[in-house]
Amino acid sequence: MTMNTQGRPTTPESVSMSSIETVSGSRGLLQAEGLIFEIGTPETTGVDLPAPKGTKNRLGGVARKQPTGLPGLSEPQAVRHYMRLSQKNYAIDLGLFPLGSCTMKHNPRLNEKIARLPGFGDIHPLQPQATVQGALELIDELATWLKTLTNMPAVAMSPKAGAHGEFCGMMTIRQALIARGEVETRKRVLVPESAHGTNPATAVQCGFIVDEIKANKRGRVDMEDLKAKLEKSDDIAGIMLTNPNTCGLFETDIKEIADLIHEAGGYFYCDGANFNAIVGRVRPGDLGIDAMHINLHKTFSTPHGGGGPGSGPTVLSEALAPYAPVPFVVKDADGMFRLVEDIEGVASESFGRMAAFHGQMGMFVRALTYILSHGADGLKQASEDAVLNANYVQARLKSVMTAPFDGYCMHEALFSDAFTAEGIETIDIAKALIDEGYHPMTMYFPLVVHGAMLIEPTESESKAELDRFCDALESIARRAAQGDEALKGAPYLAPMRRLDETKAARKPVLKWEEPVVAPPVAAE
Amino acid sequence: MRYLPLTADDRADMLKTIGAKSVDDFYADVPESARLHGTVDGLPNHQGELAVERHMSKLAAKNRAASSGPFFVGAGAYKHHVPASVDMIIQRSEFLTTYTPYQPEIAQGTLQTLFEFQTQVAALTAMDVANASMYDGSTACAEAAVMATRATRRKKVILSGGLHPHYAAATKMLCEAQGIEVVQLEHAIDGELALADAVDDQTACLIGQSPNTFGTVTDLSPVAEAAHGKGALLVSVFTEAVSLGLVTPPGEMGADIAVGEGQSIGNGLNFGGPYVGLFACTQKLVRQMPGRLCGETTDADGKRGFVLTLSTREQHIRRDKATSNICTNSGLCTLAFTAHMTLLGGKGLEQLAVLNHEAACDLADALAAVPGVEILTPRFFNEFAFRTPMNAEAVLAMLDEAGIVGGVRASRLFPGDHMGDVILCAATECTTQEDIAAYAAALKEII
Repeated sequence: MTMNTQGRPTTPESVSMSSIETVSGSRGLLQAEGLIFEIGTPETTGVDLPAPKGTKNRLGGVARKQPTGLPGLSEPQAVRHYMRLSQKNYAIDLGLFPLGSCTMKHNPRLNEKIARLPGFGDIHPLQPQATVQGALELIDELATWLKTLTNMPAVAMSPKAGAHGEFCGMMTIRQALIARGEVETRKRVLVPESAHGTNPATAVQCGFIVDEIKANKRGRVDMEDLKAKLEKSDDIAGIMLTNPNTCGLFETDIKEIADLIHEAGGYFYCDGANFNAIVGRVRPGDLGIDAMHINLHKTFSTPHGGGGPGSGPTVLSEALAPYAPVPFVVKDADGMFRLVEDIEGVASESFGRMAAFHGQMGMFVRALTYILSHGADGLKQASEDAVLNANYVQARLKSVMTAPFDGYCMHEALFSDAFTAEGIETIDIAKALIDEGYHPMTMYFPLVVHGAMLIEPTESESKAELDRFCDALESIARRAAQGDEALKGAPYLAPMRRLDETKAARKPVLKWEEPVVAPPVAAE
Repeated sequence: MRYLPLTADDRADMLKTIGAKSVDDFYADVPESARLHGTVDGLPNHQGELAVERHMSKLAAKNRAASSGPFFVGAGAYKHHVPASVDMIIQRSEFLTTYTPYQPEIAQGTLQTLFEFQTQVAALTAMDVANASMYDGSTACAEAAVMATRATRRKKVILSGGLHPHYAAATKMLCEAQGIEVVQLEHAIDGELALADAVDDQTACLIGQSPNTFGTVTDLSPVAEAAHGKGALLVSVFTEAVSLGLVTPPGEMGADIAVGEGQSIGNGLNFGGPYVGLFACTQKLVRQMPGRLCGETTDADGKRGFVLTLSTREQHIRRDKATSNICTNSGLCTLAFTAHMTLLGGKGLEQLAVLNHEAACDLADALAAVPGVEILTPRFFNEFAFRTPMNAEAVLAMLDEAGIVGGVRASRLFPGDHMGDVILCAATECTTQEDIAAYAAALKEII
């Protein structure tokens, strides 16, 4: 016998590689994995606890009757369970994640390390304040950065996500109207039809009535429509406007809009979801806004975590600052930081408390770490790169896809489905991108553009990554223009084929239940 | 700048492809007066990892970590041990750095864990269905109140005297903005059952808590009966999720909606956030629920998979008619919760709950033996209130000097309720016999 000196043989040409079924259901590195309810038992555990002493309980009979029956897994089983599941997810750490309006930028690992320092991760919100001076100082320091970057005099730090920040901003407006004695009469809030769904939902949650304003042919607020809506102005509470807007465009007339709203006696709420386009280039406070939330989980890189947690600090103008929610941090004359938690004294005009405790501290730590790493110069460069990357994508794709508006974009490039052949839809293009190894762009949003495809590459992408992405999308776009029916079946190469969402909603199965074993058929 | 991949050459090339002279061209729509030249004034420039870490570590060092000594603070957030594997799992890039699973074909990892999470929360609360999380317990409570008004078409909610004051405040704020009347019953250590007497036929829901803010556990079944007798709902609240392993869960008391804080399972203290709001209800109410729901379906090949579902309730579809404005929730915190719960298993949670209860019983015995101390909570799980013969703030400050974080003064949560001499304290599986002995000894010295 001699050693094979040329390595192991490769697959012979005669062997077909097509659709191989496996016994296990796994496909190579992609492991099949059942639900914990199918692989665990209630007796199994991955946590070793000391035996209880057997003290007589003092629950006074208020004790659970039915055990939960929930399964446990040993540590190796649990680790594998989650590792196998993780591999069925796409993530920014794997590749470009061009979800428009979501700012899927790189999440620096230093942020994670710092957030896990015991002095931040292991402190209780109700510890004596003397024992958490560093935490309060951190909140104050982040607040200072946010106020300076926006040129706004105040910031409410407690909102827990973007929509919660919107809620905060609109509640301060409501409280200001209460102070003016006009909350019963000023009920109308103007919201562009291109707005995020959270905007109208938030306005209604605050007791306002939504009045939609149209977009013009350039994708901006239609000023004629706005002026018409403001003709009767004594019922105007304010406007909710995203800037840069959801078409990825800067609202050219924003200062005039601010002036018109103020003249009408209303307030200007700006949705700051797209702040990443302008950090260090434009300060929203210079545009006449009264309130704006900042998504720390977008602009300031705290991880999206599969749907949260977020954090939505909301900057406020002089006019709205007195109505900010509790709690907030103040620095006393002796240099000590203090939480103002009750509606009295400096907070006597506050609209109230939005949630328990003091906001998303874990996100504050990460955001401040990101901000200090970037500094004033890096933040500006990041925004410019984000905008440059989006314009590059727009320039590379506008000959094969349809750009609905002329001119440069901000940090996201928008396309409509006008270029596709009959029968091919935006969703088919999105799903085909999955086969190319990418997360799809935001689809069917904003609503003002037919079959919208909104692409936000962020500053985290190199030119080579952008080129690779544009090559893939260009090829898909050409197939879509030619009416390639194969697109309707995409994705073919993902862990799953297209999932039936209609079926899921028709008869919702929202938890696992023990399969019903069919009774044995009785002998006749 | 270490986070920015574009080189100066790349930027020049790209501008050429675009046909722009400089990035300034892209900002041409910005009103002239609002354009910044140079960087924002008054802010430092970028720094390396080492410098940033140094700065942040200095801030962290000014805080006293809960693990650094005897620690007895509860009242809505709890110091528990989180297994090492939980933190490793939530730091997997594929979970940490992904978005809301709107593209299910490449998000089955997140979706399956959400489906498992929902099943666990439904079982723990003994309710029919649970959603994929809210921001935290307090906002879940506020949303439950509003949901009850939608389901009953009534405009009044009644809060118990033991409901966490922050939960009450968040609920009051959300309700009042929508013209919903909120009645707060008098603060009481053992007064949850007073809800039953307060209900009338205008009431949408009664909101009670067990264990409540003073630690009192209460069987809310009579409250559920009274509510249902008047066509109202019972919203049952908890702030300590570990209690569900031992204490009567909402579903066994006839609750229609169960809400609570899930921080205790899998999540650190983090100075109050991010946490994870648990939200469950009866099958009948599912279409009134706020927040995301994950459901089972099949793919084009007939294979089982999971998707976000019933989204016609949500803001991105229903806009101004949505059940809530919530969008981002607590994704990664749900993963920490479900991973820790999976490691524990049903029996493990039960045992953990018993250990918590026993630690609290030992603490209560040790403190009760200190002359002048009176334990006020009649039935408790892992926290209780006690009265001292001195001002609570002064007592806590002196305990602090002895290296002991002794609890929360009740007057911080209930200002104006004449509770200046009351301390709320908690014990968990992290509490040692030495911690308890040190607390009792220090307290004896002080009072």
